[in-house]
Amino acid sequence: MDRYTEQRLFGLLARASAALVLAVLALVVGVTLYRGGRVFVTDPAVALTPPGSRYMLDGGGGFFHAVLGSIYIVVPATVVASILAISTAIYLQSDYSSERTSDVINMFLNVLWGTPPIVYGVFVLTLIIAAGAQTSLIFGTVAIAIFQYPIMTRYADEALRSAPDTVREASYGLGATRFETARMTVRAALPGVIAGIIMGFARGIGDAATVLFTAGRSTQMPGGPFDSATTLPILIFEQASSFNAEVRSHAYAASFVLIVAVLGLILVSKLLAGRFARFAPGGRHS
Amino acid sequence: MGTTETRSENSSRLDRRLLLERLSSYWLVGAGLFAVALFGLIVLTLVQRSLPVVAEHSLLEMVTSANWDPAADEFGFLPAIVGTIYVTALSMAMGTPIALLAAIYIAEYAEGRTKVLISSFIDLLAAIPSVIFGLVGLIVVVPFVGDYLAPAVGAHSIGLGIVTVSLVMAIIVTPFMISLSVESLEALPDELRESSLGVGATKWETIRTVLLRAAGPGIFSAILLGFGRVFGATIVPAMLIGGQTAIPESPFDAGQTLPTLIVNDFGELMSIPLTQSALILVGLMLLVIVWLFNFGAMLVRRRLQRRWQY
Repeated sequence: MDRYTEQRLFGLLARASAALVLAVLALVVGVTLYRGGRVFVTDPAVALTPPGSRYMLDGGGGFFHAVLGSIYIVVPATVVASILAISTAIYLQSDYSSERTSDVINMFLNVLWGTPPIVYGVFVLTLIIAAGAQTSLIFGTVAIAIFQYPIMTRYADEALRSAPDTVREASYGLGATRFETARMTVRAALPGVIAGIIMGFARGIGDAATVLFTAGRSTQMPGGPFDSATTLPILIFEQASSFNAEVRSHAYAASFVLIVAVLGLILVSKLLAGRFARFAPGGRHS
Repeated sequence: MGTTETRSENSSRLDRRLLLERLSSYWLVGAGLFAVALFGLIVLTLVQRSLPVVAEHSLLEMVTSANWDPAADEFGFLPAIVGTIYVTALSMAMGTPIALLAAIYIAEYAEGRTKVLISSFIDLLAAIPSVIFGLVGLIVVVPFVGDYLAPAVGAHSIGLGIVTVSLVMAIIVTPFMISLSVESLEALPDELRESSLGVGATKWETIRTVLLRAAGPGIFSAILLGFGRVFGATIVPAMLIGGQTAIPESPFDAGQTLPTLIVNDFGELMSIPLTQSALILVGLMLLVIVWLFNFGAMLVRRRLQRRWQY
C-alpha cells in the first residue's frame, strides 16, 4: 500500500469513527426522547402526581415523589459541595499554598475524581451503620455532596487558574488582603465557576450509584430529612425492567424528565457563562 | 480631634479586615485539607470495616474461590472478578480504537463550525446519566444482542449479558476518552505539524509518527482513566448483565462484576455482619484498583513526557 492510499484510508476511517460515535450518541438521546416523550406527552401529570399505595406493582399514580426527592437531595448537596469546592480551589492557588502542597492535594483530588460513585455509596452506608441510623434523605445528600465535591473543585480550580493575573496584581497593588484578592479573582473567574457548579449539579442529579443504598428507595412522598426518599435515577433503575408495562412506562417518562433537565441545565450554564463574562473584572467587555 | 477620630476609625477598619483575613485563611486551609481528610477517612473506614472478613478468610482464598454463598459462609470473588475483567477488556477493545480515530478527526481534520459543534456535542454527552444509557441498552441493545448478534456468531443469548454491558460501556466511555485525547492533541504546537509536512510527510504520516507520539502521554493517560471508568461502572452492569453467580463460560453469558455484587447483595444481606464486611472489602478493592490506574496514568504521563518530547 503506497503512502497516499494509506493516507486516504485512514482519513476515511477517522471520519467514519467520528460519524459512528455521533450516530450512536444521537440514537441514545433520540430513543430516550422518543420513548419517554411518548409517555410523557400523553400524560404530563404523571410527573406531578404522588404515587399510589401499590405503586411498584401496578404503577398507580405518578412519580412526583422521585422528582421532589431529587430536588430535596441534590439542591442542598450542590450548595454544600460548591462552597467547599470553591474554598478548596482558592486554597490551591498560589496565594495560600506552596506549589508542593497544592500538587499533593491535587493528587488526592484526582483520586477522588476517579473514584467510582458506588464506593461513596458504600462509604456513606458504612457511616450510617456505624451511627446506628437509617437510610434517609439527609444521607443521600451527604453522599451526593461527596460525589460532586471533586468534580466541582476541578472546574473551579481550572476557572481560577485561567483568571487574568492582572486582577490579582492590581488588587495586591492597592493593598488588599489575600481574602479580598481571592474575592476579586473569583469574580473574574465567575463564568467558569458557575458553569462548574451547574455541571456538578447535573452530574449529581443523574447519579444513581451513590444514593442507591443511602437515600432509602422509598415509594412514598418524601417527609422530613430523616425519612427515606428516592430520586429519578433510582426510580429508572428499579422500574426499567419491571414486568408491569405501566411501571416500566413510568421509567421511560422519568428518563425523559431527567435527560431534559440535564441537557437544559448544561445549556443554561453555557448561556450564563456568556452573560457573566461581561460583568467580570478583566473579562470581555462587549 | 477630628483626625484622631478618623485614625481610630481607620485602624478599627484595618483590624476588621485583618481579622477577616485571618479567619478566612483558617477556613481555606481547612477546605484545602478536606480533600486529603476525606480520602483518608474513606480508606480508613473501609479498611476497618472489611477487617472481620479478612480475619476469617485469607484474601487469596476469597479471590480464587468461585463459590459465593454468604449464607454458608463462602465468599468467592472469582466470578465477579472474571466478569469485571471480561467487561473492561471487551469495552476498551471496542472503544479505544474508535475513540482514538474520532479524536484524530476532531483535532486534525474537522474545521470551523463543524469542529465546535461536534466537540461541544461530545462534551455534552459526558454529562448524560449512566442510568439513561442503561435504559436505552434495555430497549435497543438487549434485543440487538439477543436476536441478531448472538445468532450471527452461533451463540445463545437471552440478550442480557457480558457482551451487552460491554457494548453500552464502550458507548459511555468513548466520548470521555475522546475529549481528553482531543485536549492533548490540540495542545501541540503547530510547528510540529508544519515541520513534518515541510519535509514531505503526508498528513497521515505526520499524525502517526509525530503527533501521536508527541500527544502520546496525554492519550495514554486518557485510556487509563477510561479503564478506571469502565472498571467502577455500577448502574449499567447492574441493569444489563443478567445476574449469575457462576463463572461465565462465554462472553454471551450472563455474569456479574464487582460493583454489581455490591448492588445485588447489599440490600438483603445487611443483617449478616460478615457479608457486609465482604461487600465493603469489594468496595475497598475497587477503590485501590482505580487508585492504581490513576497513579499509573500519572506515572506513565510523566515518564513518557520525558522520553517522547520533541
